[in-house]
Amino acid sequence: MVTPTEWLALMEALSRGFAGNSLVSFYHLSRSLLVKTEALFDHFDLAFREFFTGLEVPPEIFAELWQWLGQESLRREIGADALKDLPQYDWETVRKMFEERLKEQKEKHNGGNRWIGTGGTSPFGHGGHHPGGLRVGGEEGGGMAVKIAAERRFKGYRRDVTLDVRQIKVALKKLRHLRRTGSRLELDIDETVDKACKNAGEIELIFTPEHKNDVKVLLLMDAGGSMYPYAKLVDRLFSAANSVNHFAQFNHYYFHNSIYDYLRPEIDGRERIPTAQVLKELNPDHKVILVGDASMAPYELFMENGIIDYYDRNETAGIVWFERIASHFRRTVWLNPMPERYWRHPTIAAIGQVFPMFHLSLEGLDEAIKKLTAF
Amino acid sequence: MKDFTRYTGTSDYIVSEDLQNDVNVSIALGRPLLIKGEPGTGKTLLARSVAAGLGQELLTWNIKSTTKAQDGLYIYDTVQRLNDSRFGGNDVSNIENYIKLGKLGEAFARETQVVVLIDEIDKADIEFPNDLLAELDEMKFYIPETKKTIAARQRPAIIITSNSEKELPDAFLRRCVFHYIEFPNPELMEKIVRVHFPDLAEQMIQEAMTAFYQLRETEGLRKKPSTSELIDWLKALLAAGHNGKVDLQKNLPFLGALLKNENDYEIAARQRQAFQKRSAMTPFRR
Repeated sequence: MVTPTEWLALMEALSRGFAGNSLVSFYHLSRSLLVKTEALFDHFDLAFREFFTGLEVPPEIFAELWQWLGQESLRREIGADALKDLPQYDWETVRKMFEERLKEQKEKHNGGNRWIGTGGTSPFGHGGHHPGGLRVGGEEGGGMAVKIAAERRFKGYRRDVTLDVRQIKVALKKLRHLRRTGSRLELDIDETVDKACKNAGEIELIFTPEHKNDVKVLLLMDAGGSMYPYAKLVDRLFSAANSVNHFAQFNHYYFHNSIYDYLRPEIDGRERIPTAQVLKELNPDHKVILVGDASMAPYELFMENGIIDYYDRNETAGIVWFERIASHFRRTVWLNPMPERYWRHPTIAAIGQVFPMFHLSLEGLDEAIKKLTAF
Repeated sequence: MKDFTRYTGTSDYIVSEDLQNDVNVSIALGRPLLIKGEPGTGKTLLARSVAAGLGQELLTWNIKSTTKAQDGLYIYDTVQRLNDSRFGGNDVSNIENYIKLGKLGEAFARETQVVVLIDEIDKADIEFPNDLLAELDEMKFYIPETKKTIAARQRPAIIITSNSEKELPDAFLRRCVFHYIEFPNPELMEKIVRVHFPDLAEQMIQEAMTAFYQLRETEGLRKKPSTSELIDWLKALLAAGHNGKVDLQKNLPFLGALLKNENDYEIAARQRQAFQKRSAMTPFRR
C-alpha cells in the first residue's frame, strides 16, 4: 500500500526534476519511492504497463513513421535559450497535433520545426530537441519504460506464488516468544546499581539470564498419495522449519490423509508412535502447524476403521483426533497447498471447522503465523 | 538538477544507472537508502563506494543479533561510573564523561556530512528498526542524562543493507528509498570482473563466466554462488597460477570457493558428470 508520505516524497522528487524527462527514470524513481519490497515489484510492473501502454504510439502509424525517421539523424545544435522559446504544449495537445500533422504530412521530413522527422525542433519525431515533445521510437523513450515493466523480471519474487526455503525461514522467524531463560549472562544494571547503593558503594555485579526465544513448534505433515504434487513444497517447509535454529523445541511427524491412533516420525519408515503419547508429552504451549490437502474420502475422516491403509484399524475416527489436537494445543493452524477455490470439498470444510485454515503460500503462511502468535 | 547528480560510481565499483539515481535521490531527499539483494551482490561495498565517490567519511555500524537501537545513538557507561565512584578515576560528578556516542550519534555530531552504513539491519531484533524511526526522521535525539539534544548539523547520507532474513516493519520502510540489487547479467558481470582483475586472460574470463552461470542454473542448489564468490574463485585460480592455462570446461578447481554447502557440492558434481558424459557421447555436435 502506498502511503501519503511516500506519495509526497515522489512529488517532491518529481518537482525537483529527479526524473529528468525520461519515463525510464520515472519508472525507477517511482518504484524506489513507492514500493519497498521486491515481492511487489511485479505488481508495480503490471500496473505501470497497464497505465502507460496507452501512451505509446499506435503500431500502425509507427511502422511508416519509422521509415521517415529511419536513417538520417542530423541533430540541430540549439542553445538553451532557443530551447526555452519553443512553444510548450501539454500532452493532450501534442498528441492531437501529432495526429493532425500526421494526416497532412505526406513524406519524410528532417531538420525542420513543423513536420514529423529527425533532428528538428518540432514537437514530434526522434533525435531532436523539444521540451515536452512526442518521441517516436528510438532507443529510449516512453516505450522503453513500458518495455522494462513488460519484461516482468521480478515475477519470481512475488509472494503469492513462489516459496523457497529461505522465504519460509523468514516467515517462520516471526514465530517467537522472548523469555529470560538459561544461564545468567547479562549484567542487570538496575539491580547492580540498587545493590551497590544498599552496600554503601560496594559494587556487587548482578547478572540475569538473556532474552531467548521460547517458541516450541510441532509440525504435522500429510504424506498421503494426494499430496504427491505438493511433496516438494512440503519438503521445503520442513527443511526451513528444521533449520530455523531459534525454536526452543521442534517436533515433526507424518500422517496419511488423516491423523489416527498413530503418527510416523519418518516419512517412509515403519516406525509408529501413538498419537495419544505425542499429545501427552507435548505441552499445550506448542504451536502446531498441520500441513495437508485435507482431501480424502469422507469415510476416511468421519468413520472408525476408515483408515486408508488396508491392514490398519483405527478405533477412533480421524476427525475426533483432529478435535483432540485442536483442544489440547492453544494455537493450531492448518496449511493447505490446494488453492482456496477447492475448499468447499466436504472433508476440507470439516477440517477447516476444526483448525483455522490457510493457503500454503507466503501470504497464507504470514497469516497463519499471525494466528499462531496472537494472544 | 545540480544538487542531484552527485554520486556517479567509483573506478573500483560498477554501479547501474538506476542505483546511482536512487543513491542521489536518497541523499537529496534526506531519506535513508535501503539496499536489498542476494547475498554477495555488493550491498556493503556500495556504501564504501558512495563515501569514496562523494569524498566523505564512512561510519559503519555493524548490526548483530544483540544490537539495540540505543547503541547507535549513545551509551551511558553506568558500570564505569560506578567503578570510578568506588575506586576513583574520572570526575564522577560530570556525567558527560560516561556518555559515549554511537555511530549514528557520531555522524550527527560531525561538522561535515558523512556517510553512515547500517550494515545488515535484519540481523537485529524485529523491533530494532522501529526504535530508530524518530531519530532517522528528524536526525536528532535527546540524551536525558545530560539534558542535551544531539542534532545533525549536516544530514548524513544513510545507507542500510538487509539480507532479508527478517522482514522490516512498514513504518520503517515508508521512510526509506528502496533499491533491490538484481543479480548482474553476464555483461555487467564481465565489467565487474574486469574491474577486479584487469590482467585476466580473455579466454579465462569467458570460460569462468560460462562455468559460473551454468553452476548458478543448477537445479536444487541451496545457496547459489554470487558475485563475491566468483571474485574469490578467480582470485584462487590466479593465485594458483591458472590464468589462461586451465580448461574450465573439463574441470573446475577450487569449487569450494563457489559452493559453501556439502549438499550443493554433490549436486554440482553429479550434474557436471552428466554433462560431461553427454558431451563425450556427442562429440560432433559440439
